[in-house]
Amino acid sequence: MWVYEKKLQYPVRVSKCDPMMAKFLLEQYGGADGELAAALRYLNQRYSIPDKVVGLLTDIGTEEFAHLEMIATMVYKLTKDATPDQMRAAGLGDHYAAHDNALFYQNASGVPWTAAYIQAKGDPIADLYEDIAAEEKARATYQWLIDLTDDVDLQDGLKYLREREVVHSLRFREAVEILKEKRDEKIYY
Amino acid sequence: MQKMLDENYYKLLHELQAVDFVLVELNLYLDTHPGDANAIQQFNQYSQLRHQIAHKYESQYGPLKNFGQSYSGTPFNWIDAPWPWQV
Amino acid sequence: MKDQVRYWKPFVSPFDPCPPIRVKSYSTPPQLFIPFQPPNLPQFTPFEALKYGTLWPALYSPYNPKNFRQEEGET
Repeated sequence: MWVYEKKLQYPVRVSKCDPMMAKFLLEQYGGADGELAAALRYLNQRYSIPDKVVGLLTDIGTEEFAHLEMIATMVYKLTKDATPDQMRAAGLGDHYAAHDNALFYQNASGVPWTAAYIQAKGDPIADLYEDIAAEEKARATYQWLIDLTDDVDLQDGLKYLREREVVHSLRFREAVEILKEKRDEKIYY
Repeated sequence: MQKMLDENYYKLLHELQAVDFVLVELNLYLDTHPGDANAIQQFNQYSQLRHQIAHKYESQYGPLKNFGQSYSGTPFNWIDAPWPWQV
Repeated sequence: MKDQVRYWKPFVSPFDPCPPIRVKSYSTPPQLFIPFQPPNLPQFTPFEALKYGTLWPALYSPYNPKNFRQEEGET
């Protein structure tokens, strides 16, 4: 089971009123390499992967929900006081028509999230390599999002999330090394 | 009724976020390094510290966790705003 | 920072419609060079760790927005 903690993992600050940036940030909310996809991917792979790495998938999957909440916070703050006219000017007129200012699991182009974004092949190496690739793709997405805003406070939160992808990628790479079970060999390089 | 958040709220929250982040990092590290005794010792030490800071936070600003993982005030103050994305 | 970025020079055609970007770059963050984290690495303080997004300086990867990114050879 899960327990909710009433705090963000990181103090998210947004200083510029820029509803268009909210649209771009949705890529990490309901996009193919976004935080929702990451959380569901890892937590679902747990059931068929060797016991040794279930703890890691559980913990990273859980942390991804904390990141999803950070992205949601950024989108919420950027859109909560936007008028219909401002939503339209930000390219969110179609979003407003269907959702008002509500969040929706879709990517930056408005495509709804789909389970087809995530994989569970049942082969531990294939699944972990998918996870490493997912972290690197999310890292790249954060880079392009940082490029798209000049709000240093928003950049700060995005840089934090980018760094988390780096650390998660390393842990998944270590999980592959563990599953290789290279006994009698030095595991540190 | 709107609850006002003072400077102390953000300071205490930041402290808790920092200590909890060290625990997240050590936890993920230990997931792939279960034999590192130094890291385990640091993990347990920070876990204790985390409880102290969380206790201080909850006594001033209300419960952090649901389902009985935090004590409640009267009336039931788990449901009180602000929520994390609002502050 | 510098050693976490690689540069390359794409071919520039006289018929390219936009002013060319002569040097392109991409990130090569630390996890590519640490197959397995060694124990007892130096650590950030808790507040620094939260700010940087990792407990270990060896895992820290800075990122500069592309709009302001320096080209190779510039200081």
